[in-house]
Amino acid sequence: MSGKKKKKKGSDVRKQPIQKKEVAKAYEKYAEQFTPKPTYVKNCLKAFLVGGLICAAAFYVQNQLMGKGIDEKDAGTFVTIMLICTAQLLTGFGWFDTIGKVCGAGVIVPIRGFANSMVAPAIEYKKEGIVLGVGSKLFSLAGPVLACGISSATAVGIIYWLIEKF
Amino acid sequence: MEKEGLEVAGKKIGKQTIRFVNKPIISGMCSVVGTKEGQGPLKEYFDVILQDDMYNEKTWEKAESKMLKEAVMTAAKRSGVSTEEIDVMLTGDLLNQLMSSAFMARDLHIPFIGLYGACSTMTQAMLISGMIVDGNFATNVLAGASSHFCTAERQFRMPLEHGNQRPPSAQWTATAAGAVCISAAPNENVKNLVPPPKTICLTEGTIGKIIDTGMKDANQMGAAMAPAAVDTLLNHLEDTGRSPDYYDIILTGDLGFIGKDIAVDLLTDAGLNRGILQNIYDDCGTMIYEKEQDVHSGGSGCGCSASVYTGWLFRRMRKGEINRALILSTGALLSTISPFQGESIPGIAHAVALETM
Repeated sequence: MSGKKKKKKGSDVRKQPIQKKEVAKAYEKYAEQFTPKPTYVKNCLKAFLVGGLICAAAFYVQNQLMGKGIDEKDAGTFVTIMLICTAQLLTGFGWFDTIGKVCGAGVIVPIRGFANSMVAPAIEYKKEGIVLGVGSKLFSLAGPVLACGISSATAVGIIYWLIEKF
Repeated sequence: MEKEGLEVAGKKIGKQTIRFVNKPIISGMCSVVGTKEGQGPLKEYFDVILQDDMYNEKTWEKAESKMLKEAVMTAAKRSGVSTEEIDVMLTGDLLNQLMSSAFMARDLHIPFIGLYGACSTMTQAMLISGMIVDGNFATNVLAGASSHFCTAERQFRMPLEHGNQRPPSAQWTATAAGAVCISAAPNENVKNLVPPPKTICLTEGTIGKIIDTGMKDANQMGAAMAPAAVDTLLNHLEDTGRSPDYYDIILTGDLGFIGKDIAVDLLTDAGLNRGILQNIYDDCGTMIYEKEQDVHSGGSGCGCSASVYTGWLFRRMRKGEINRALILSTGALLSTISPFQGESIPGIAHAVALETM
């Protein structure tokens, strides 16, 4: 008897999620009407301009370094280090979050976002100690990107290698 | 063993509402807010405005704890009772294991119950405190709630210095704390004040149900909580047999600009008059900040509604500018891990009706 009851209940429960999903979708659509859209075009333009300016500045510095007799590869490395260091410094001074808010992807994409995502938790978790605070939370934002990025790069590398071989 | 006198009749009305027969009163209150909130439109109403959100403490959590302690102790002081006369204290906050509340209470030696209702904690605490006093289990009860932008942000979202962009629907967790002292009878000293302030008493309370609409976006709290507020409000009106214009003001906790619009729309759909609603309905999340303060969809957090009630609403009620109010704090009961597990956000709202005497 009780088994029968359970079965009946089970089929009811199975029907419910489908209905629930539809309601959820309908409500999400309804809520969207009230939500202002992010200003995509303006954000893109800002990001394009700021990102472009940073890259142009970096390129200028690289050319200057190459003019001083450093070869292209080393000059590129130096410029990358400079970009990372400025992002770290700006994060430390508490300015990067404001810059990031205004300029968006423009400042984040040219390596600087990565530096920021390491320094920000490091500052945040200083109070919990160096090892268990900073040490464990240092990669809380950058870690997932690193793990997934390296894994997918490895996968792509293997595919590339297989294609080359056959 | 026969149980006699088991009567809830008269105290419970309708499905979800209780009536405070003995009309417990709000004998003292205090609001403490952070720097940003102190620059908002309600700055003249708050009791304490911090110069620095760290509040001379070493960690953000300690700062929040100190804010709550300040609010609770001042509320007790203003009610005219000593800490020994406080029978129980009910507070809550947003942090894991109620860190701010428990750490605040550890050197006060007052019987303590911690509450978690996300951002609905203030009315949750007031509702239960009202019941305790109304049921003659206590004469003086402290109820309070706190939130801090920096502690909530690191627990639920990103480190502070992370340079990310917030979507327009995101809300700003208020750095604020508020507390009230709920007593069985007014203190004698208060009556001698000139001009005599009005007495605010708790008349009804409606316990909310969890309403989950299936919203999964943690940056859309207002939309996730609005149906819960609407459900509690409609049930309150049905249980009490009142129309919304019975109240001078209906105040929700932290629905924000988006949630407020949705709530008004849903209530209009349910048959309430939109014109009346626009006159008497407001939301603490939309009141605490200026639009120019870059808070996107408004304020949120337990402290948001707690400070607006204790700072703005109760102060105006004492002056007699508002006589009947219904407050509904709204909470989004998500955890730090539930969004990653694909769970939707359960919403809740508790209502407390207040009248002046």
